[in-house]
Amino acid sequence: MLMDRYNLLQKIGIYICIAMFLTFVLLPFVEMIRTSLSPMSHLFHAPYEIWTNEFSFQAYHDMWIKVPLLGRYIVNSMYIASMVTAITMILVIPAAYAYARLEFPFKSISLGAFLAVNMFAGAVLLIPLYRVMHTLGLLNTYWSMIIPGIAFLIPTGIWLLRGYLEKIPKELEEAAYVDGASRLYTLRRVVLPLATPGLIVVGVSVFIGAYAQQYLFAVTFNQIREYQPLAAGLFEFFGYQSVEWNQMMAAALTGILPVMVVFLALQKYLVAGLTAGAVKE
Amino acid sequence: MVDTAAQPAFAAIKAKRRGLTEAWFAWVLILPALAFIGVIVAWPLLETIRLSFTDTGMTSGQWVGLDNYTAMLSSPKFLEIVGRTFLWMVLSVSLKLIIGLIGASLLSAAVPGRALFRMLVMPPWVIPIAIGCFGWLWLYNGQFGFLSGMAQRFGLLSGPFEFLAYKNSAFYSAIVTDVWVGTPLVSLFFLAAMQGVSRDLYEAAWVDGAGRWYRFRRITIPQIMPVIVSMALLSAIWTFNSFDIIWVLTQGGPRGGTTTMIIDTYKTAIGNFKFGEGSTRAVAIVVLLGLFSLLYLTLLNRVNKYYGVK
Repeated sequence: MLMDRYNLLQKIGIYICIAMFLTFVLLPFVEMIRTSLSPMSHLFHAPYEIWTNEFSFQAYHDMWIKVPLLGRYIVNSMYIASMVTAITMILVIPAAYAYARLEFPFKSISLGAFLAVNMFAGAVLLIPLYRVMHTLGLLNTYWSMIIPGIAFLIPTGIWLLRGYLEKIPKELEEAAYVDGASRLYTLRRVVLPLATPGLIVVGVSVFIGAYAQQYLFAVTFNQIREYQPLAAGLFEFFGYQSVEWNQMMAAALTGILPVMVVFLALQKYLVAGLTAGAVKE
Repeated sequence: MVDTAAQPAFAAIKAKRRGLTEAWFAWVLILPALAFIGVIVAWPLLETIRLSFTDTGMTSGQWVGLDNYTAMLSSPKFLEIVGRTFLWMVLSVSLKLIIGLIGASLLSAAVPGRALFRMLVMPPWVIPIAIGCFGWLWLYNGQFGFLSGMAQRFGLLSGPFEFLAYKNSAFYSAIVTDVWVGTPLVSLFFLAAMQGVSRDLYEAAWVDGAGRWYRFRRITIPQIMPVIVSMALLSAIWTFNSFDIIWVLTQGGPRGGTTTMIIDTYKTAIGNFKFGEGSTRAVAIVVLLGLFSLLYLTLLNRVNKYYGVK
């Protein structure tokens, strides 16, 4: 389009601004990568120098020795996030279907109540939750980190999946229903297979959310090192004398690698799915 | 709907079929999720309110009426924290919206590499907040960190500067990190909204000789206003409740310089086991956020009416 044409000067201006914006966004990552590749002698050296001739992957090797449970922490993070995702999806799928397809009393009020959960941070409810966990004997177990995680992802899950289900043509369900299929059969055999792409996107968003939110529940409800997720386990790199920054960054980068891979593989769909509500149909 | 004729026939079949009515079926589907939220969110919320009237500690406490509330409200330290929380929220949310708007405009510009830039904006949102904050912790390091080192190299600082060691600099540093965490999602939503704006509007304006800035001001901004307004509320709530960032960077220090209401609540309840007093602070958060949202939604209605959106 002629309207969208930029002259050379404008183009340069845009690229400079984009570069500044991306610098702000990516600076911590670049510095984390640089740090993970540098030896401590270089890092603890003033004045600050970006470049060294001693870049190596040594820290990626040493970190497993310095914090022997590191592998366990990463697996814990994955395990907690997977459990949260699985249970959240089981709860969210039927509810989202109801909001997308059925008419019933108190529909908008109850949906509003679900979304209002977004207003409460976990931290506000920690006190009674701490007591609930204590009473149920769940303190210092995986469940103490899984259960609160689910509660705070249900609202977003319902909201996102409802948007997807609404886009599936109603005629197919009606055809199955007319042929004598029960409601549950229709949901299981007609709606869910059609909704698979949407289910994957919502599932991945929930997984990313579940991976991201573990810190607060872990430091509050769990004191057993073997059960800690990575975000809490990274504190072990803070030694009594000094912090092994290069190993800590190497561990952090290794730990976020799985979510980054998932994100990069699905980013096109994720971005479209998340922002569907922002675009007018 | 395409099949308006088939609709009544279908309704008739539905009505004839025995078994669960639609409403009952819907509630059966919703119940598991609702029950879960009820136990993990709604009940604790009510319990928080009850506890706020007691002096519960490690042992179960006595009913003390409004004592916790009067103590809290007459404490100058608490009022200072409330002020700091709102300053934190207003500064951080404004920055997120402004940078998000600029970022979205840049990312929607039709230049080569656009798809790549859009992807590169997302990492802060994808990774766990706490882990991103470890990166910032290192950037803010006074002796060996990037920011202090670069500032010295360019002559902005004469010596090492610990960003997180002083009340003011720690507060503003935490805001920068909070903006970093929140901006990607805000940009993304603005970008999506911008792409939803009809091309015809721009073309009509362009034919009439309107420049880019004019089109941005008079078409883009009004068209995406509902999204700006709702993102502002959502970010405000998230920022108000933001815990991980401050906890990893400063744990509310130095000398309380970054203690917001949520950090204060956490420290009182979980740190000092004063569950009663902590609950009072939690109730204060819920009430303030509730009032704020109500006020805001009223404003949102006005804005939507003004811009002619339903």
